[in-house]
Amino acid sequence: MSEKIFARPKTLTAKETHYCPGCHHGIVHRLVAEVIDELGIKEKTILVIPVGCSALADEYFDLDSQQAAHGRAPAVATGIKRVHPDKVVFTYQGDGDIAAIGCAEIVHAALRGEKITTIFVNNAIYGMTGGQMAPTTLVGQVTATSPYGRDISLVGSPIHLSEMLATLDGAKYIARVAVNNPKNMAVAKAAIKKAFEIQLSGEGFAMVEVLSTCPTNWGKTPIQAVKWLEENMIPQFPLGVYKNEGGEQK
Amino acid sequence: MSEKLLMKGNEAIGEAAIIAGCRHYFGYPITPQSELIEYMAKYLPKVNGTFLQAESEVAAINMVYGAAGAGARVMTSTSSPGMSLKQEGISYIAAGELPCVIVNIMRGGPGLGSIQPGQSDYFQATKGGGHGDYHCIVVAPNSVQEMFNLTITAFELADQYLNPVILLGDGALGQMMEPLRIDVDKIVQIDKPWATTGMGERTKPNRVNTLHLIPEDLEQHNNKLQRKYDILKEKEVRFEESFTDDAELVLVAYGITSRIAYSAMEMARAEGLKVGLFRPITLWPFPEKALASAVTTASAVLTLELSAGQMVEDVRLAVNGTKPVHFYGRTGGMLMTPKEVLEQIHKIFLAKGGK
Amino acid sequence: MAKPFFLSERCKGCELCTIACPKKIIAMSTTYNNKGYLFSTCIDESKCIGCAMCAKTCPDNAIEIHK
Repeated sequence: MSEKIFARPKTLTAKETHYCPGCHHGIVHRLVAEVIDELGIKEKTILVIPVGCSALADEYFDLDSQQAAHGRAPAVATGIKRVHPDKVVFTYQGDGDIAAIGCAEIVHAALRGEKITTIFVNNAIYGMTGGQMAPTTLVGQVTATSPYGRDISLVGSPIHLSEMLATLDGAKYIARVAVNNPKNMAVAKAAIKKAFEIQLSGEGFAMVEVLSTCPTNWGKTPIQAVKWLEENMIPQFPLGVYKNEGGEQK
Repeated sequence: MSEKLLMKGNEAIGEAAIIAGCRHYFGYPITPQSELIEYMAKYLPKVNGTFLQAESEVAAINMVYGAAGAGARVMTSTSSPGMSLKQEGISYIAAGELPCVIVNIMRGGPGLGSIQPGQSDYFQATKGGGHGDYHCIVVAPNSVQEMFNLTITAFELADQYLNPVILLGDGALGQMMEPLRIDVDKIVQIDKPWATTGMGERTKPNRVNTLHLIPEDLEQHNNKLQRKYDILKEKEVRFEESFTDDAELVLVAYGITSRIAYSAMEMARAEGLKVGLFRPITLWPFPEKALASAVTTASAVLTLELSAGQMVEDVRLAVNGTKPVHFYGRTGGMLMTPKEVLEQIHKIFLAKGGK
Repeated sequence: MAKPFFLSERCKGCELCTIACPKKIIAMSTTYNNKGYLFSTCIDESKCIGCAMCAKTCPDNAIEIHK
């Protein structure tokens, strides 16, 4: 009789996702779900979903959830966490949601040391709306609203949100990871676990920025997209832990 | 056991909210309602409530949206420019059928405007302001006592109908001090089995989501909202009539303007002019049937507002062409005086060829 | 003996598993699933070491590892 030694985590529903082939959202969803399963917090976790490709994430996570207006997830999560301080509240946001329209909300949630966890999926583009420029788009990168390549003189260079939020006292754990290969996935999962543990011990705000591919809007196959991420995004957004003041110091 | 106090309008709202069981307040300072946010900052922690000054009115309304979805009685407050910022959040709250109370202490507009009282947010409150087909219940107090009473009513209506309720005040009511009698029945809070609390023992997650990508689904949802609004129009209209039974001219006004109109009405009656006053207390649902019947003996209606004319459109719709509807307004934060209103009353009677 | 179990109807043909497998025993099919994708299959189960790299790389939970 065969036994499953690796399968879909309990916190994920069976629903097949609408994400494009090779989209890293699927991997990130699974890592977050595995962490929630392993920490045994599924019954007390509430997810706040953004506007973006993951606006449908409530169909994939078997959790109570609330859909937020574009950029407002950290404020919505604050409202929920202040009502239910004993529950686990996390936001799952893309680069436009968190670093453009939602920039004030994430900065102030981190500033207040809001006891929530944020998973930030950075794919250097606006996926859902068809590939427009994001605050994290690389200089020279061609997108639907930077058809001649991102021009520093017109719109500046990409934002480094992890480094920025790390300057705030209320932020206790900030890490940037990638899921481009199994080794990095393991590091990402450990970071996500730490970020949830920071909330469980009530220490403050924690965020994990996950560099991710968007094959469709980058105009590449999933395998080419991973290569582009490795060659272009990782040098621009170095992986690592940018703040580590909470929990067990390893 | 009732208690009598001298209280400022803005603070009366805060006291009422706490008595009503509100334990979560998210707001941002703005004149002329800062006394309310400061009251909540001081007194909510004393009852183990959460007070949070948000980074903007946008953040505040989204915190309200989250807290409401999580099942709490929650409030925010602002003045006109901040109310503009909240419109997106209000649309989401109405779409999600969540209860909350939003206080707008109106000031002169548009733009940054002035800090003096105004009533130029009537359209914004009653016709939307946020996108989509939705309505907030809108209640308009005209005294410190009503600032208190209607706040409690607002929380009850919000929970009963799962709808945002706007308490539309103005800078004059917010700042004035009047005696307040606190005499409240037991506060009963309803269960909210739909709230996001973590699944616990449940096998089905609670999802608060206003996205309906399939048009047939969204149409069904809109129909459901409209049915609720029809019930509200039938059951929750509130108004007050004074001396309309034999009135030849009916004044229509709400909020601080209704106090001024009342004084003018008394002055007119003392001169033998048959003037009455119709005061809407719910601006949405608007008391259209009651107003139509209140003007049956009258030969004219005079709407008074601290605006360029907003509620007057609803008055005209209610009166439906059966009587002429005149309008007198002041803008920019200017208040009209009873004498000014009396002059308008004289003009109307003169034009009629009456006494 | 561990072996990969492919839920072919969930597969979107992204091919990331073919790169992830250290034994290079995953290849894409020559027929289409119901979604219209070529789906991943194991071409030599005897070489599977149960590392689960394929399953971990799959964004669609389309691969399980059975023992």
